[in-house]
Amino acid sequence: MTRQLPALIIIAPLIGTFCISIAGWINKRYCLPILIAALGISLYASIGLLGLVIQEHGVVYRLGGWDPPWGILYQVDYLNGLVLIVIAVVALINAVACRKHVLEEYPDRVGPFFTLYSLFVTGLFGIVVTADAFNLYVLLEIASLSGYAMIGMGNGRAPLAGLNYLFMGTIGASFYLLGVGYLYLVTGSLNMADIALILPDIYESRVAMTAFVICMAGLFLKMALFPLHSWMPNAYTHGSFAALGVIAPLTTKVMIYVMIRISLTVFTPSFVFDRFRIDEAIVWLAIIAIVAGSLLALSQSRLKKMLAYVIVAEIGYMVGGFWLGNRQGITGAVLHIVNDAMMTLCVFLAAGAIAYRQKGDDFEKMEGLFITMPFTMSGFVVAALSVIGVPPTCGFFSKWYLISGGIAAGQYAFVGALLLSSLVHVVLFFRIFEIAYYRPEAGHHGGGHSSSVINEAPLDMVIPLLVGAGLLVVLGLNTGFLVDRVIRFAVPAQLI
Amino acid sequence: METIVSIKPFLAVLVSIAAVPVLLSSRSANIREGWTFVAAAAKFAIVASMLPSVLDGAEFVYTVAEVIPGAALGFRVDAMGILFALVSSFLWIVTSAYSIGYMRGLNEHSQTRYYCYFALSLSAAVGVAFAANLLTLYLFYEMLSFATYPLVTHHQDREAQSSGRKYLLYIVGTSIGLLLPAMLICYDLTGTLEFSNRGLLAGKVSKELAGLLLLMFLFGFAKAAVMPLHAWLPAAMVAPTPVSALLHAVAVVKVGVFSIVRIFTGIFGMETLSSFDLGSYVLFFASATILLGSFIALSQDGLKRLLAFSTIAQLSYVILGVGLLSTKGMIGGVIHIAMHAFGKITLFFCAGAIFIATGKKNISEMAGIGRRMPITMTAFFIAALSIIGMPPCGGFLSKWYLVLGAVEAHRSPVLLVLLFSSLLNAAYFMPIVYRAFFCRPEANPFGNEIREAPVFCVVPLVITAIISVILLFYPQPFFRLASLAAAQMTGM
Repeated sequence: MTRQLPALIIIAPLIGTFCISIAGWINKRYCLPILIAALGISLYASIGLLGLVIQEHGVVYRLGGWDPPWGILYQVDYLNGLVLIVIAVVALINAVACRKHVLEEYPDRVGPFFTLYSLFVTGLFGIVVTADAFNLYVLLEIASLSGYAMIGMGNGRAPLAGLNYLFMGTIGASFYLLGVGYLYLVTGSLNMADIALILPDIYESRVAMTAFVICMAGLFLKMALFPLHSWMPNAYTHGSFAALGVIAPLTTKVMIYVMIRISLTVFTPSFVFDRFRIDEAIVWLAIIAIVAGSLLALSQSRLKKMLAYVIVAEIGYMVGGFWLGNRQGITGAVLHIVNDAMMTLCVFLAAGAIAYRQKGDDFEKMEGLFITMPFTMSGFVVAALSVIGVPPTCGFFSKWYLISGGIAAGQYAFVGALLLSSLVHVVLFFRIFEIAYYRPEAGHHGGGHSSSVINEAPLDMVIPLLVGAGLLVVLGLNTGFLVDRVIRFAVPAQLI
Repeated sequence: METIVSIKPFLAVLVSIAAVPVLLSSRSANIREGWTFVAAAAKFAIVASMLPSVLDGAEFVYTVAEVIPGAALGFRVDAMGILFALVSSFLWIVTSAYSIGYMRGLNEHSQTRYYCYFALSLSAAVGVAFAANLLTLYLFYEMLSFATYPLVTHHQDREAQSSGRKYLLYIVGTSIGLLLPAMLICYDLTGTLEFSNRGLLAGKVSKELAGLLLLMFLFGFAKAAVMPLHAWLPAAMVAPTPVSALLHAVAVVKVGVFSIVRIFTGIFGMETLSSFDLGSYVLFFASATILLGSFIALSQDGLKRLLAFSTIAQLSYVILGVGLLSTKGMIGGVIHIAMHAFGKITLFFCAGAIFIATGKKNISEMAGIGRRMPITMTAFFIAALSIIGMPPCGGFLSKWYLVLGAVEAHRSPVLLVLLFSSLLNAAYFMPIVYRAFFCRPEANPFGNEIREAPVFCVVPLVITAIISVILLFYPQPFFRLASLAAAQMTGM
């Protein structure tokens, strides 16, 4: 059974997709349980896979039994073993939390929504587990198209935002495909490891460099690296919380995974860091992304859009950390993939719960929330502290490695950008907390205010949020385990 | 030196965190307050149970999680740590009693939230006291910043909002902007963050970098209110008085100076500081803060603001003591943590009692109050003597050792600073006491019958005032702990 886990992790949500779409016609109340079951199987498979990887240092699965480079190979190592678990956990927690959002936003399209959700997660799993460059594109498109549809399904301006997202995303994916095409042209292979074997002979050629740049450009667009980010705040503002809870934490992080995978496995560090000296330029781009994202977030008055710009800054963290090229930087980037996915999930769950109760996510709607929604706000506070980078939440530890990498590389601008954005995040979140906490009309020594009634969000939104918030602390305290037993092996050994 | 592996330090931190769910679910206010006392007593008991071994020279260690290679989340209880933890946890018991009188006397809102965050703040303070390395210290330092925010901004009005912003700006801004990079630079240089008696950076850092790091740490710990990053403290006086008393006279600000002392001794080490002559910079900033703080206090009319500026000045005595880089100076500085705590908390308790009993906040309105509240004002007088540094109060002992330390280190300007600042302290305290007691009975706006604040307020301030006196004649265990700490840190 354990040998089949790489396939199982994809097959479960794929079959789930078909079952959900059928169930959607029969009785829409079956859709969510099927989804949760499928995601539960995937979670089990992903944990099993990571355990297997820790034991055996890698798992390989030949799809259909055919050998690469003709057949498609699924390969799980330390890097994608970790990302697989992240996807499974985030998708599952959000699935539990999103029911009421779905019923509120698209009560007549429950079946299609959950079908798309399941297909989206299938695509993400596939992107992460595959070792074939073209197969990655196929699954990338599956995930992206489901994502576009989920965003576009909403009301109001959502279809327009979804269309914009579709255009931009397709351009990005096409760039990636073009890059893969160039690689296929000169190497004759689509298998990542195979390409990595053939490519060193032609590192100096224009084709290799072009392929790399075009791939990266496409990925930067898909991951919303500044200045190619403009589709994201729009898409995220108009998408529904049900969709955002799974799209926001995962899409961009999986794209960053792909960037790491292409750089480390296909093109190898000796090309990417030593020969093709683009890393410093990308770090500067990341620095600008961090500063721009944080500052743009300051000017927002709606929670969703503010969070979208915070994500833009966080993307900068990960891209910059990776392209620093040293052990701490890459460790920080990979750790931040995990931590940021969890933080973003919690933050969007909290925002969703607030928006559900307050019928909107404008800042003015958040008055007095600490009294009326104490549990939601507690989860929100923990998530905010993680984004700011306060120990013992996980956000602090990935920041630690990123700053450490910056100092070790002498890239003090990166360090400065990280510290600046932390301070800006303090302002961002405490602005919201101030609205939720202060009552300017109150006099001194109120003498027992009339206590507002607690009007919390539904339990199935609050509990996943609190579980997520707890996980943020658990992840933080277990950073040592994560880095020492998993991430350390994901970073190439020859890096200092 | 014996090392005992024991979960006690961790328990001491946890006990008040564990109390929070209990407090939240308490059915009545009395049960809730009862649980606060239970938690405070338990915390003090655990800390006190470690005292005998520490006095014998042992250390308690406990590692919670190996989060970063070379910097685990862990605890180490040594002489200086347990001194601070004893002071904080004992005074929490006293302050909880005072809080009952104060919060109920004013019928304050959100009392459960108040007690919960108080518990969390004390956890963080004890966590800082027992931190084994800089990472753990940073964790609890940040926890303290965020746990005290709802306490400072308790009244939730416009004034609280702007004070809260100032609080965050100064304290979180410096901890993320200065302290975090300084910590990471140390980690980059040495690969670890453990406090070592010789100083972590010994031999690994150049003079310029050491100077830069020193400044980053000195101002990164803005809770120590070294000028010019002191403005948050007067702003924080908008908090209810028990908060000002315990947190801003004892826990929060002492966490700041305690951390600085830890950094000087455990990260830099006495040798490095003296060989690079960095002590002079420290003495400069500390002396400037002492003198300026005392001068500004002279001009204040609001009693709590005056006490805030007095605190700013007094905190730098601790830093001054360590900056002298001599054994006696260190003893004086460390023991001042205890002496000032008892003195200042008494003064704040008195300020709060005056507010409850008469509604007065300004000194100009307090003429003749001594006849109405003799017990309170006598306690105020005793505590003021301690802060000024006069016998028969404990503050005399710490000032005496600071003077001895200045002589030992051949720093005569510091002697002048000590003398002059004591005169300034007298100059702003004595008039308050004089006018409170000696004004004509006919002109007394308060009338002449005695009407003190509620019992729950008066008893704690009497207790702390009496302790301030006792501490001069019997300064144990603080004196022995301070001597042990100084011996460990200076390697003698």
